[in-house]
Amino acid sequence: MISANALPRLLHHASGRPLSLDEHDHEFGPINPKADLLTELRDSGLTGRGGAGFPTSKKVELLGEQRGHGKFVVVNAMEGEPSSHKDLALLNANPHLVIDGAEMLAHMIGAKRIAICVSRDNPIVINHVKRALHERTRRSLRGPEIELHTPPWRYVAGEESALVHWLDDNESLPQYRPHRPTILRIGRSAVLVDNAETCANVGLIGRYGAQWYRQLGTASSPGSTLVSVTGAVDRPHVIEVALGTPVKAILEVAGADTDPLAILLGGYGGTWFSGENIRLPFATEFLAEVGASVGAGVIMVLPKQACGLMETYRITKWMANESARQCGPCAFGLPALADDLHQLVQGGKDRKQSLDRLVQRAAEIDGRGACKHPDGVVRMVRTALQVFSKDLQNHINGSPCVGSRGTKFYATVPKFEREEDLVWE
Amino acid sequence: MGVIRRGGSFVLKVNPILCDGFGHCHELAPDLVDIDEWGYPIIKKEPTPTGNVQALQSARYAVRGCPRQALRIERIADQP
Repeated sequence: MISANALPRLLHHASGRPLSLDEHDHEFGPINPKADLLTELRDSGLTGRGGAGFPTSKKVELLGEQRGHGKFVVVNAMEGEPSSHKDLALLNANPHLVIDGAEMLAHMIGAKRIAICVSRDNPIVINHVKRALHERTRRSLRGPEIELHTPPWRYVAGEESALVHWLDDNESLPQYRPHRPTILRIGRSAVLVDNAETCANVGLIGRYGAQWYRQLGTASSPGSTLVSVTGAVDRPHVIEVALGTPVKAILEVAGADTDPLAILLGGYGGTWFSGENIRLPFATEFLAEVGASVGAGVIMVLPKQACGLMETYRITKWMANESARQCGPCAFGLPALADDLHQLVQGGKDRKQSLDRLVQRAAEIDGRGACKHPDGVVRMVRTALQVFSKDLQNHINGSPCVGSRGTKFYATVPKFEREEDLVWE
Repeated sequence: MGVIRRGGSFVLKVNPILCDGFGHCHELAPDLVDIDEWGYPIIKKEPTPTGNVQALQSARYAVRGCPRQALRIERIADQP
């Protein structure tokens, strides 16, 4: 048994390689499924770690009510965010904990099959998972059937309906869901999609119970979380922190710039967060005061010498290209937002009008896609306009800041692919 | 064209994946559907009372006139 107050809880690993099944059993103790896993899960107050923060117990209850014997549990380790590395770090450290959690979830909802989804760009992680699955089949042939799936890597491919669509029909495109919450289905069987980190947390709760789990974190967001710190850092890496740790402390531990201009919280569809607020605790209830949220646990640090609008433009341009181009407002609106931002950053001729246009277009696009991809971009752009308002005025007045003319950028943006080169299946 | 029930209200809902921006819905129900600069519909979010027969009729025309069949009428019952 691992101790309740000490970190790491999730990121236990042997040096340089993931824990083998024997080491994992030795470290965490054998699986001892309690009679009432669901009550433990509800008491623990675990929320999804994929970004939306939906209570996991509610999701499990909803799926438990569904009929059918062919239910699925899908472990989402797609890692769509270019600046997030937490799911891969977790699977690199301890794939067995994730699989344990998935098995518990399958037990709770009565699922017979588990699908672990890792994008095919990560051959090393895929090998780790394959090896872990092999170790398990040698030990026991009972329990749900576990499969490994490797969808292509796209930003929206990690969105739950796109992932289920891929498993169902080999297309990583989001689906239209008019009513929420929706039960996603593969064929006719209901699917429970959970992030890999959520599954690992379930693995801990199922072993040690809710009391143990709540010893870290705050009252309304208990437990620990994985944070990927990128941007102005010596070395981008993933650290595990208790929820409620001040953002500044996280930056110190990660070796990042502790006096940043701003922080991008929650990923590329997240919120910009002024550097003045970094004393706030890293937990959703405190971050909500400034309109931010924990999201997928991404902290992108932007130093004082950088231009926030330039980074916003780069991210928006890439996000526009990553749109699935299914819905008009997203397919046409996001490139238009990127164009407006380009005008602003570069100080084009109609930069004053382009700000008005940007605000108006953002309002138009908001909430009109099948998935939340356009909404996320709009949120990021809006918060950028608030947080960098001083810089924005300078740009409009025709004196763009030094950072926007430099060549050093901080946001990790993958190579820009042409539309015809994007792989969706 | 169908029975018009008096109670409750309705909203139009569009499936943005199916929608290809033909713009027929805006022509047929200009009060309920606005159009953006790319020709895609912006649908009025507030529910319209079903008693407003003209609005309901135009919404039905919009649903029938959609070449992609992306629109539907969603009824909202009155709160008791």
